[in-house]
Amino acid sequence: MPKRRKLGRGVAIVGAGMTKFGMFKDRDSKDFFTEAFREMLASVDKGLDPKEIDALYVGNFSNDFFAHQSHWGPILSDIIGHAPKPATRTEGACASSALAFREGVFAIASGFYDIVLVGGVEDMSKRTTEEVAEGLALATVPYEGRVGFTFPGVFGAVASAYFAKYGAHREHLMNVTIKSHNNAPLNPKAQFPMTIRDMMNSKTESLRKRGQPAPEWKEEKDFLRDPAVNPVVAWPMHLFDCCPISDGASCLLLVAEEIAKNFTDDPIHVAGIGQGSGRGFHASPDMTTFEATCYAAEEAYGMSGLTPKDVQFAEVHDCFSIAEIVHIEDLGFFKPGEGYKAVAAGLTRLDGPKPINTSGGLKCKGHPVGATGTSQIYEVWTQLRGKAGKRQVPIKNLSIGGAHNLGGTGGTCTFTILERR
Amino acid sequence: MELRPFNDHSYNLFLQQEKLMGSRCKACGVQYVPPRPLCPRCHASDMEWLEMKGKGKLVAFTCITIAPPFMMAQGYDRKHPYCSGVVELDEGGRVDARIEGVDPNRPQDIRVGMPMKAKFLHRRDTPEPETYLAFEPG
Repeated sequence: MPKRRKLGRGVAIVGAGMTKFGMFKDRDSKDFFTEAFREMLASVDKGLDPKEIDALYVGNFSNDFFAHQSHWGPILSDIIGHAPKPATRTEGACASSALAFREGVFAIASGFYDIVLVGGVEDMSKRTTEEVAEGLALATVPYEGRVGFTFPGVFGAVASAYFAKYGAHREHLMNVTIKSHNNAPLNPKAQFPMTIRDMMNSKTESLRKRGQPAPEWKEEKDFLRDPAVNPVVAWPMHLFDCCPISDGASCLLLVAEEIAKNFTDDPIHVAGIGQGSGRGFHASPDMTTFEATCYAAEEAYGMSGLTPKDVQFAEVHDCFSIAEIVHIEDLGFFKPGEGYKAVAAGLTRLDGPKPINTSGGLKCKGHPVGATGTSQIYEVWTQLRGKAGKRQVPIKNLSIGGAHNLGGTGGTCTFTILERR
Repeated sequence: MELRPFNDHSYNLFLQQEKLMGSRCKACGVQYVPPRPLCPRCHASDMEWLEMKGKGKLVAFTCITIAPPFMMAQGYDRKHPYCSGVVELDEGGRVDARIEGVDPNRPQDIRVGMPMKAKFLHRRDTPEPETYLAFEPG
């Protein structure tokens, strides 16, 4: 059990920006971060002089491998005109920028800085799929990678354990995929802004144009059962269970609560933050839960005085369909073994009582790994300010949302609770 | 044997000798496979070697179609998947392992809970000899 902790002083988010996520062969991390930075500047209601930013914390998992360049703190500091002020890179695999966010929060809470920019970036599209799989597998623990586990492989194994324990099966995972794809077209930043039905129709149309027989798909699950369009990657993870390879960046402007009104009349407050570390996947006594998530959640709930029931909606780290089911249980939204039933019952839909991954999630929004953590917080910030457009959560008096980020095979997990007061 | 440090290097050397070795904390009795130099439960550093019988049961698995380059070099690809899993040892503790003796093209026939026995996969096409821990039904 984590100790109950408080920040030395309150921190608020008063600006946020992100790129569209996708594969952008003609642009690199400097371009992505610059674009996110520009959008962040434009989002600050009462304006920000960039010279006022005291420090930069930026998450990046492995541009060292993906782009053969490390040391991204000063590179990004320079491109946004922040040098010679301090810039620090954080690394926590797919949770890298959630760690940058935490560092920024602590830097302000300590009283040392007043205005901090936090964000993340990743540039993955310049490598083959197999190379990206190898690069990501660098974030497994040594014993996992050595016996051939890839990331889809690890989560495939989690699914096998979940199926055996709770009697769920592959069809239940499809409910997560269909739900994410229903949200994505409502998000202009999403890499795959198409519903499964959109894809069925467009594939059928293109086959018909080529004079080939139309496939016999009646419902979305028929499409997802068809190995021609949804091949296996690491059983039971199929292509549509997996997040894509993506490029992109995201950033957030954090300020001390007492000066937040200088920037906006609608600041979003950091109510709770939590972080846990996990042992190797094999060392976990139960592979249907991530202990680092449970620890992070307890810390965040303890700090905020809030409960899972109070969190009205959340972004969770759905790198794979099974992961979303496990996380909504670990975060306390649903009881262990009940997550897959909740998704099947529509409880996590945009119009359900507990909307999950309104952005489309990693699956459809995209997953440039180092950029994901702060992009999740971007989504929660946008929703809480009522600026999410067509994907706006239709809950009255929306005031509390959560963002859960997971790195590696559960080695680094964070949970952040934001509040509109 | 007792002189070897309780680390991954020793673990891998033992695998080459077809031994699955773990460590036991002399202070609190907890055992770990692979071995560890420091007990994460009581923080003592007085360890002893423990040889595992190599019997256990499958607790999680996957059949991987998109292989990383080092597995592709061993002949695995989209048409030739392989199985990796986690095995709970009879003595306690869990290990990651390759799973042999099953058909990776028929994952529906592989069952969590299957009894397994250890097997050692020796790789000879690398500059240094390497052995991977594997398990097969039995």
